[in-house]
Amino acid sequence: MKRLVSMAFATAGALLLQGCAGWQSALDPKGPAASELAWLIWFFTALCAVVWVLVMIALVVPLMMRSRAQAEPLAIKAGADDRKLRAVMTAVGLTAIVLIGLTLLSFFANRTLAAIGSDAALTIRVTGHQWWWEVRYEDATPSRILTTANEIHIPAGEPVRLLLTSTDVIHSFWIPSLSGKLDLIPGHMNVLDLKADKPGVYRGQCAEFCGAQHANMGTFIIAEPRAKFDAWWNDQLQPAATPTGDEAKAGQDLFLKRPCVMCHRIGGTPAGGTVAPDLTHIASRQTLAAGTLTMSRGNLAAWIADPQGIKPGSHMPVVELSGDELNAMVAYLEALK
Amino acid sequence: MSSADLTSERDLPRETPATGDVAPEHDGPRDTGMDDANLDRWLARTWRTPPGIIGALSSVDHKVVARRYLITAFVFLCLGGLNAVAMRIQLSGPQRGLIDPDLYNQLFTMHGVTMMFLFAVPIVQATGIYLVPLMVGSRNIAFPRLNAFSYWIYVSGGIFAWVSFALNMAPDVGWFAYVPLSGPEFAPGKRADVWAQMITYTEVSSLAVAVATIVTVFKQRAPGMSLDRIPLYVWAMLVTSFVVVFAMPAVMITSTFLILDRLVGTHIFNPAEGGDALLFQHLFWFFGHPEVYIIFLPATGMVSAIIPVFARRPVFGHLGLVLSLIAVGFLSFGLWVHHMFATGLPKLGASFFTASSMLIAIPNGVQIFCWLATLWDGRPVIRTPLLFVFGFFFIFVIGGLTGVMLASVPLDLQVHDTYFVVAHFHYVLIGGSVFPLLGAAYFWFPKISGRMMSERLGRWHFWLAFIGFNAAFFPMHLVGLWGMPRRVYTYPAELGWGNINLFISAGAVLFFLSFVLFTFNLVHGALKGALAGNNPWDAGTLEWATSSPPPSYNFARIPIVTHVEPLWAEREAPPVATGLRVDVRELLISTVAEAHPDIREKSATPSIWPLLAAIAVGGTFVYSIFTPWAIVWGAAPIAITLIGWFWPKDDPEDEG
Repeated sequence: MKRLVSMAFATAGALLLQGCAGWQSALDPKGPAASELAWLIWFFTALCAVVWVLVMIALVVPLMMRSRAQAEPLAIKAGADDRKLRAVMTAVGLTAIVLIGLTLLSFFANRTLAAIGSDAALTIRVTGHQWWWEVRYEDATPSRILTTANEIHIPAGEPVRLLLTSTDVIHSFWIPSLSGKLDLIPGHMNVLDLKADKPGVYRGQCAEFCGAQHANMGTFIIAEPRAKFDAWWNDQLQPAATPTGDEAKAGQDLFLKRPCVMCHRIGGTPAGGTVAPDLTHIASRQTLAAGTLTMSRGNLAAWIADPQGIKPGSHMPVVELSGDELNAMVAYLEALK
Repeated sequence: MSSADLTSERDLPRETPATGDVAPEHDGPRDTGMDDANLDRWLARTWRTPPGIIGALSSVDHKVVARRYLITAFVFLCLGGLNAVAMRIQLSGPQRGLIDPDLYNQLFTMHGVTMMFLFAVPIVQATGIYLVPLMVGSRNIAFPRLNAFSYWIYVSGGIFAWVSFALNMAPDVGWFAYVPLSGPEFAPGKRADVWAQMITYTEVSSLAVAVATIVTVFKQRAPGMSLDRIPLYVWAMLVTSFVVVFAMPAVMITSTFLILDRLVGTHIFNPAEGGDALLFQHLFWFFGHPEVYIIFLPATGMVSAIIPVFARRPVFGHLGLVLSLIAVGFLSFGLWVHHMFATGLPKLGASFFTASSMLIAIPNGVQIFCWLATLWDGRPVIRTPLLFVFGFFFIFVIGGLTGVMLASVPLDLQVHDTYFVVAHFHYVLIGGSVFPLLGAAYFWFPKISGRMMSERLGRWHFWLAFIGFNAAFFPMHLVGLWGMPRRVYTYPAELGWGNINLFISAGAVLFFLSFVLFTFNLVHGALKGALAGNNPWDAGTLEWATSSPPPSYNFARIPIVTHVEPLWAEREAPPVATGLRVDVRELLISTVAEAHPDIREKSATPSIWPLLAAIAVGGTFVYSIFTPWAIVWGAAPIAITLIGWFWPKDDPEDEG
């Protein structure tokens, strides 16, 4: 028995630690908004735990004290109800005070959150699509406006303003370790300010049910030092790399001849589709298909050959390619750093 | 209709004789002075359900209708539970490929639709249909044919949904079916139409039952059952019925707007044409939050009925509990927006809904403190029904407290649409409603079947359910905080949610098994249980004053109520009122506040028309998912069946 109990505790402990190591955990905050919220979660949890324990004590004590004799109903001790009334009224009063306290605490937390982005210098427009994220970096100079997909680079330590909307159904933008979630709603524009304290990669995913592939609509925020971020932006503004080897050149021809161009854009080529992710620098991203696969030659090939097997129901159709054609296509895309 | 010939004093004598009559042409034999055997013979003949299949299909006895409702709702509970088990098997590890997203999305939609619309609301209303007329001392529910109609509507709506599931046509847009995902552009096919029409259709039955319950409580109470002597369970059903009447139309409007957008081509929810997707959410949650209390309030009524019986004293703070029920009913309409904090509302508005959501915790707290005070001062006898009430305390209080957490806007932004919320509302709905319902099943089973369920199996059932439930749902709080969103059919292994999900799935299977044990106990109890007698628990309310199961006419003589616990106040048989006719179905109608006997009123006789009308209405709704013209063509059979239903008869007893 004792061994069982200690095993249970060990398992519970392991489970808890595992969660804290998560890179998508609200309890592992990496920015001021998430830190404020984590503190709020712990405070509410602690207070609620105390209340729950008190109620359970109040439930268990009369059971411990009960007399075995089955009472004749209606036989109530004189004066007992007055004492009960005082106890109940006290409990109700305490409840009201606790609730008022928690309400005020929420108000103040709200104000703290609202203050985070008051001086945001960078504005990023995030548009939800079934099932990927369009990311556009706004700039006063039109030629510097940059559109990418699924991964969001931000400068670490600086507040960033995200403008959230959707072109199809409702999605919800959520990076738990940086901030709470906010919906992307067609016809509405929501504003989410966030900040990452330190450089790092933070995972998030769509939180509002958005159809078949809701489960595979992941995203990453990559926070970098300012200089590195600026360099990244400048690199991304460049048109796509011109294919070198024969295979990659064949891949580009193939891409431009096939229906791929109807949906995808590759900067510097005639491909200008906008209904699917921009592929100009696809190979510089860490994942494929909105966080579903890690970026690798094999995964690129797998994704192009069988998108419906990997994300059933996704809007990427199967394009019939021979083995050689597939290799060429992958060689081309792989070079789009 | 004739004026009642009963004295209307608060302190009625033990036997109130009838005097005079204003409508002598309708006069027939009465129960006045009739000996018991003769009286039973007369009433049994007048109130019986006719034999044969047609007779069974035309029954308007509230107990018959309620039993069907209860069994049907239980079947849907098991089906919804199987959905849940299938989902938990898929989620027991990362990247399991057992269920594809298409089927998974249908599974969780059907799980939600089944549990909310086909199990939870119908079963609490069914319990009310069975108990309310008995507890207020009446011979039948008000509008018995409407009540029978409501059952046929409900069961056909449920069959409609599940047949569409079997045909791979089940809705896959979530039980909430947010637009634009459920709109014409993003949900081609008929799946979202099934959702929209099934919702509108089954809510008709909820409304019908609510109206019948309200009238029964207000007008059919036994003489002397003034407002302050109404049992708390009946109060809970009354408040619930009002919430139904005001909340259900909101969801029916939502689903009707949706079907108009999908079928007729309106643009009510289309932002490109001046509509708004958020309107759907506001309408839906204006129903959706009170819905939680439609399920929870009757359960609190059950707790208020069970606790005093096993604590061996009347409930503490009767008035406080009644006022709390009413306050919860009102406040439940003021907090729908807390489901929408993540939609980016204006800050001030969101703060208002934080405050109002917090506020509802106060009347709920009052109820809990009053029950605890009752237990403190009582001498609790722990039997299975009370055990489930303890389980309710343990679980529901956790759910209520996490509800307080969700009411906070900033906190909600992290946990909204995660497994934390899944954990929260299963704690509230299963802890707050299913555990009291299970307690109520053990408590009132003898009144329904005449037999007792096994106490030993009941305890096993309780512990299995209690452990299984907490193992399945408590860890969901954690996995939600670790970032797992709801409604995902799979998750990547790197996020480290695998082990905890395996644990959750094991708990879910255990919880499901507890229902297998419960089913066995039900069947075993119904067939082989010990005979119960009138009042096996020595309870105080009127339903225990008649035999178990009650005869078709409920009470041979209508009891007179002098106390909120009449059977405890009068340790011998309670006084009775007489003067009702025995050759036709007569009810005693009383005044709203004081329950003074007012008039004698005929109650409907069995009729096949409610069934036929339900078939006509159901056919129209099913047909309408294919063409809007169904409404036009369907009008004819609906009109014919309603004309048949309300056709004036020569015999005045066929009215209503």
